[in-house]
Amino acid sequence: MNTTAISIAARLESALGADHVNGRSESCAKFGVDGVAPSLVARPASSAEVVEIVRFAKSEKLALIPCGRRTKLGIGMPPARYDIALDMTGLNQIAYYDPGDLTLSVDAGMSLTELADALAELKQFLPLAVPFFEECTVGGTIASNIGSSLRPGYGSARDFLLGAEFVNGAGTFTKSGGRVVKNVTGYDLHKLLIGSLGTLGAITRLNFRTFPLPEGYGHLVGAFSSVDSVVRFQAMVAKSPLSPSSFEILGPEAAQVVAGFQGGRDSALPSWFTHGAWHVCVEFEGVESVLRRYSAELVQYAEECGASKFYLLGKSDEKSLRVGLRELIKLLSSSGPAATIFRINTFPGFSADVAMLDALAARLSIPSCVFATSSGPLYFALQPDVLSDKTISSLAQIASGVFEYAAARNGSAFILFCPAALKHVINVWGPARNDAALMRCVKNAFDPENVFAPGRFVAGI
Amino acid sequence: MLAENTARKPLHRDVIRGLQNIVGASMVLHRPEDLLLYEYDGSVEKGRPGAVVFPTTTQEVSQVVRLAAQHDVPVIGRGAGTGLSGGALARTGGIMIAFARMNQILELDLENQRAVVQPGVVNYELTRAAEAGGLYFAPDPSSQKSCTIGGNVSENAGGPHTLAYGVTSNHVTALELVLPDGEICRVGSHHGDSVGYDLAGLFVGSEGTLALVTEITVKLLRKAESVKTLLAIFDRVDDASETVAEITARAITPAACEMLDGWTLRAVEDFIHAGFPLDSAAVLLIELEGLAEVVAAQVAAVEEVCGEHHAREVRVARDEQERELLWKGRKNAFGALGRIAPSNYVLDGVIPRSKIPQALRRIREIGERYNFKIGNIFHAGDGNLHPIVLFDPRDAGQYQRAIEASAEIIRYCVEIGGALTGEHGVGMEKSELMPLLFSDDDFELMRRIHDAFNPRSALNPGKIFPLNKGCGEITPRAQAAVRAVPL
Repeated sequence: MNTTAISIAARLESALGADHVNGRSESCAKFGVDGVAPSLVARPASSAEVVEIVRFAKSEKLALIPCGRRTKLGIGMPPARYDIALDMTGLNQIAYYDPGDLTLSVDAGMSLTELADALAELKQFLPLAVPFFEECTVGGTIASNIGSSLRPGYGSARDFLLGAEFVNGAGTFTKSGGRVVKNVTGYDLHKLLIGSLGTLGAITRLNFRTFPLPEGYGHLVGAFSSVDSVVRFQAMVAKSPLSPSSFEILGPEAAQVVAGFQGGRDSALPSWFTHGAWHVCVEFEGVESVLRRYSAELVQYAEECGASKFYLLGKSDEKSLRVGLRELIKLLSSSGPAATIFRINTFPGFSADVAMLDALAARLSIPSCVFATSSGPLYFALQPDVLSDKTISSLAQIASGVFEYAAARNGSAFILFCPAALKHVINVWGPARNDAALMRCVKNAFDPENVFAPGRFVAGI
Repeated sequence: MLAENTARKPLHRDVIRGLQNIVGASMVLHRPEDLLLYEYDGSVEKGRPGAVVFPTTTQEVSQVVRLAAQHDVPVIGRGAGTGLSGGALARTGGIMIAFARMNQILELDLENQRAVVQPGVVNYELTRAAEAGGLYFAPDPSSQKSCTIGGNVSENAGGPHTLAYGVTSNHVTALELVLPDGEICRVGSHHGDSVGYDLAGLFVGSEGTLALVTEITVKLLRKAESVKTLLAIFDRVDDASETVAEITARAITPAACEMLDGWTLRAVEDFIHAGFPLDSAAVLLIELEGLAEVVAAQVAAVEEVCGEHHAREVRVARDEQERELLWKGRKNAFGALGRIAPSNYVLDGVIPRSKIPQALRRIREIGERYNFKIGNIFHAGDGNLHPIVLFDPRDAGQYQRAIEASAEIIRYCVEIGGALTGEHGVGMEKSELMPLLFSDDDFELMRRIHDAFNPRSALNPGKIFPLNKGCGEITPRAQAAVRAVPL
């Protein structure tokens, strides 16, 4: 620690107590974002302490980044400034739970698995089947808005987040929404926190509606020889009365990653996997009669669409497939030194999208894969063998191509994960947006002095 | 008592002339007798605009807003004027932009289940247009045959079926906006996912205080394969409300779960002849939707819960005609009550669903104490109460007591973990109650958001934020503190 950092540490310690402040460089390194490490890690134990820290940072003109378990700090641009890591894992309790009302209020630093366990005791759950599930916190999941494979059935966080408490950049504790399932009292500020990447404030508590755990699950995996037949199958299911809880489309290479994960290191690949084929993994829920209906109809649709094979999974395969699908982004993001994943928000007019993305990657000889949730988004992952200047320049070229393509399709795209070096060449959020000025209005209202995560977000926010 | 700004100065003739130049002389109302209709909405409030204009394009809206800015006159958007919180009233006068002529469905993308509409499209008209593709627009306020989607967006409207499908904000993916300086911009995307903050999520439900909405992209849902509508009849209100709590606790999610108490249903029956039993204490109207197998299982489960809570009878609507009649009874209930008393005050508090029985008991007790008949007809499955206080507004004492009783009910909703409004919006009706829920710091942030987009309060002034900050009371004529802006 340099002398400034020492003096900051001393003053924060006097406010919070020594055990809540850590300035050791090895600890700070763990909280690094794209190679930028903070000078201090502060671990508040209450929202009042979060207020203290934010006020301190504001008055000292220091920059803060709120962190959970740091699994997704790679999302976004490198911070323009970064002095204090705000470790939110000290706030980790269920504050309120009314199972009869199916509503919940939970501290942002609570781990998703602990929460899931507590809810499961009362046969309920939160439909956040997200990558890094085993390690991450509730707050980080919301702040990153990372995709959930249960979205087709349950919607995204904005559909079941009821309210939030947070400390904004002015250093005041504020709340939005409430704990009831229907509420239009005041502005929906909590919706802005979803995906805000810590740039608007430190989320201290989140209110959700919870859902009953289904009576049972079923899974169908269909293998298709062409992307066109996948599209037909998808359209057929969309127009049917069925509403699956999850509908994941895996390109041949993405399917291999999931199958490899499921098979484990030594064992054979699972029987549902067909080398070189497109796979569609459908999850459905309900009582026995409902599961039977889904199985029968999905099989019929798959046959009609020319699936080369299809499997209704047994219990033993089911669990590992679910985990594999949920963790696919994590598996791909850690698959090599220069792994890069795009998230593309368009309606998958799939055949054309895939052809275009494949061509982009093939032109520069970089292995790639695509996968999608039924109604989007579409993911495009690149796995270069080495991290070199040439790799970075190829990735940058591909990125321009993807951004252009998404814009032409009336959609948008950004890079979810990539090597930090690429961020020095391109903006992961894509080209300038015409709503950037409105985004800045929001940022300025929440964080007028730019205390929170400066530079990481869209439009230089 | 209810009159507020009827003595406003008229708009300067330059403003009127400017408006006429933009939209044509016949599309500007400014004579007092023409404006009368526009000083009301569905609430008990009142506020007369200085002029009403009927633009047909976003460009015209933008020009009107620019003109208003030049003359420092506020602008208020208005759909069909069916709102229940005074959201579409010109609290401090100014120019009202009525979206009645911006009523085109611009795009029906059945493949991707999206529609792009102008704000003046009537809610139910969209569902009718989408029907051919087997789709519909889910938010279904009682006024859906007359209210507009622009109004639904501004107030974040709900309806009986939001229990399963969510309120308006769950169905909006993109907006075109006109900002207070006249600039036109777009937020969100056709798809729904976008890069950056969820601006569409912020603007939906902002009650016209941040921007005017000139185009809306919404999701369309696929019609369910099977629908069953049940009417459960109870001899005790407590049994009905405990049934609702139990249905929620057992995690059965109906598409809709509505409750009418005996007194209300008798008033409705007299008018609509929906087939509600006149001698019952309460009925639940429960709709189950989905796959035939799912619905069959849920009907059985609901019947079981009703039986355990002493339902006298559970009827299942035999056909679409019977189903429609039951819903007609529900959706026209407020109209029916208009036949009984000169005015009514409809509350919109929300409470945890586990607390419905105790809340209904408290409402009854408050009614007795204030000597009012308070009816209850509400979205029980969401915990969204609609106590209706009937009163005669010509009797000042009665009006005052109605307001006090209402405030007491809302305060109780908040005390047990609820909120002021589930779907009607804050508007000018509930702004003074906002401090029950929000601290000065909460207001400070909301105010900063407001000022970031609408710094001079040029759009829909006097809404959402309390004027007498900190009192936490409904002070009925706190509005009197609002002075007309000099025009």
